[in-house]
Amino acid sequence: MTRHIVARTSDIPPGGNKVFGVEGRDIVVFHVNGEFFALLNRCPHEGAPLEKAACVARLTSPEPGVYQRSRVGELLRCPWHGWEFDMRNGQSWFDPKRVKVRSYPVAVESGEELQKGPYVAETFPVHVEDSYVIIET
Amino acid sequence: MSDVIDRPMLAEEAAAQSRLRIIDCDVHPSIHAHADIEQFMPKRWQQHLRTYGSHLRTPYIGTTPYPRSSPLIARRDAWPPTGGPPGSDLDFMRKQHLDPLDIEYGILQVLDLFIFSQQNLEFGAAIQRAINDWQLAFWSDREPRLKASILAGQDDTEFAIAEIERCAKIGRYVQINVCPRANEPLGRRRYWPIYARAQELGLPLGIHVGGYGGHAPTGGGWPSYYVEEHQSNAHTMAAQLASLMLEGVPERFPNLRIVFIEGGFGWIPSATWRMDRHFEAFRSEVPHLKRRPSEYVKQHFWFTTQPIDEPDEAKHLRSLIEWVGADRLLFSSDYPHWDFDDPRYAFKTPLTETERRKIFNGNARALYKL
Ligand code: FES
Repeated sequence: MTRHIVARTSDIPPGGNKVFGVEGRDIVVFHVNGEFFALLNRCPHEGAPLEKAACVARLTSPEPGVYQRSRVGELLRCPWHGWEFDMRNGQSWFDPKRVKVRSYPVAVESGEELQKGPYVAETFPVHVEDSYVIIET
Repeated sequence: MSDVIDRPMLAEEAAAQSRLRIIDCDVHPSIHAHADIEQFMPKRWQQHLRTYGSHLRTPYIGTTPYPRSSPLIARRDAWPPTGGPPGSDLDFMRKQHLDPLDIEYGILQVLDLFIFSQQNLEFGAAIQRAINDWQLAFWSDREPRLKASILAGQDDTEFAIAEIERCAKIGRYVQINVCPRANEPLGRRRYWPIYARAQELGLPLGIHVGGYGGHAPTGGGWPSYYVEEHQSNAHTMAAQLASLMLEGVPERFPNLRIVFIEGGFGWIPSATWRMDRHFEAFRSEVPHLKRRPSEYVKQHFWFTTQPIDEPDEAKHLRSLIEWVGADRLLFSSDYPHWDFDDPRYAFKTPLTETERRKIFNGNARALYKL
């Protein structure tokens, strides 16, 4: 596993995302409710860019006429045909066994911790006082 | 893995992948600002457009169809960075669609202002004329890959014919479009003068899904959900295929070529099997039909592929293509709408080299004489 320091936490606003080219792949990092999630920026259906996906809630209904919202902002709705994916692990909501987006482990570490490690900054120099988003590929 | 459902590619297909330019039979341009089309309208109708707008057969303001699935039924990534609605910026369309997908030609299908559903027929005639001129001035003149269709609201045949004549003189349109949700089913005689002109001019008749003719979109009435209404596109197309066929349009106009656009093609086998079977039983009711309905389908009708059906098992799509016939299918993307099909990934089953050439290019090239 290679660790890539891709951004300062402050570079990705809450509810927003940013795409990073890592080892020839486009990886999109979402910032939701204080957490960061990294996914391949390509829908497994026909290849739409997931950076343009809508970040929606999980909407469930135990029976017709009754609705519940949960996990607000953590579900991705593909910008083309609307397939939904869980940004925590890339699984599709409708067919989790067959269809998923590749996801990557994400860590947030302070510059102080990072300074000790053998890590190479991909795009940003490390400042000791900031926190950084790190993707593992 | 992200690619779990990407289809396998035939070896020959991968080799041929090199250079097959795409003819996309369903591209939607939209009006950037009303002023763009007003310049093609007489003052009288400019004023009308500003004061009264569209008068459609939908009951209330806001019951016109947007948003459907997404704002302006568009892909979320298709909003031009320069502002304006999806499909309104030619440079962005080139950059996002025509160039990367190597589109050789795109056939324009305009839905703006619902010209086919206007109840004020003179206003309808003025905007169909304006939109036909705008298609050339804003799109085909500036981008030779984009080909215009003559929009002809068929509920006033006289206006429609006059508009067809006018555009045919200009000579740069590749198709005559009418609407599948008209006042009456499309096979009725009131529409035949349009078909006669299309046949004489050698222009295919295009029928793109949609429109608000005032009838409920399903045989059972008005649906509650968009997902439910979306199904009705296929029913509408099947009903119009039956009407055209059984009223004898292909029999009466043997050289007329008819294209069903954006209705998909999964429904065709069962619709034609059923018609064939019933034709045997009810022959004496429609003695003007000389052949089995499926034979007319094989000769007079073409179908654009989007929205493509995606059965769980790829082999079923394979059979579907074989049943309908690779000769009848025309690739279409529906750019920039939400159910856009990408030519590289839409077919979740391998196609032979011959099928690819026909579906992605050859059939449309011959049909539209490109
Ligand atoms: S490309 Fe994502 S749902 Fe089709």
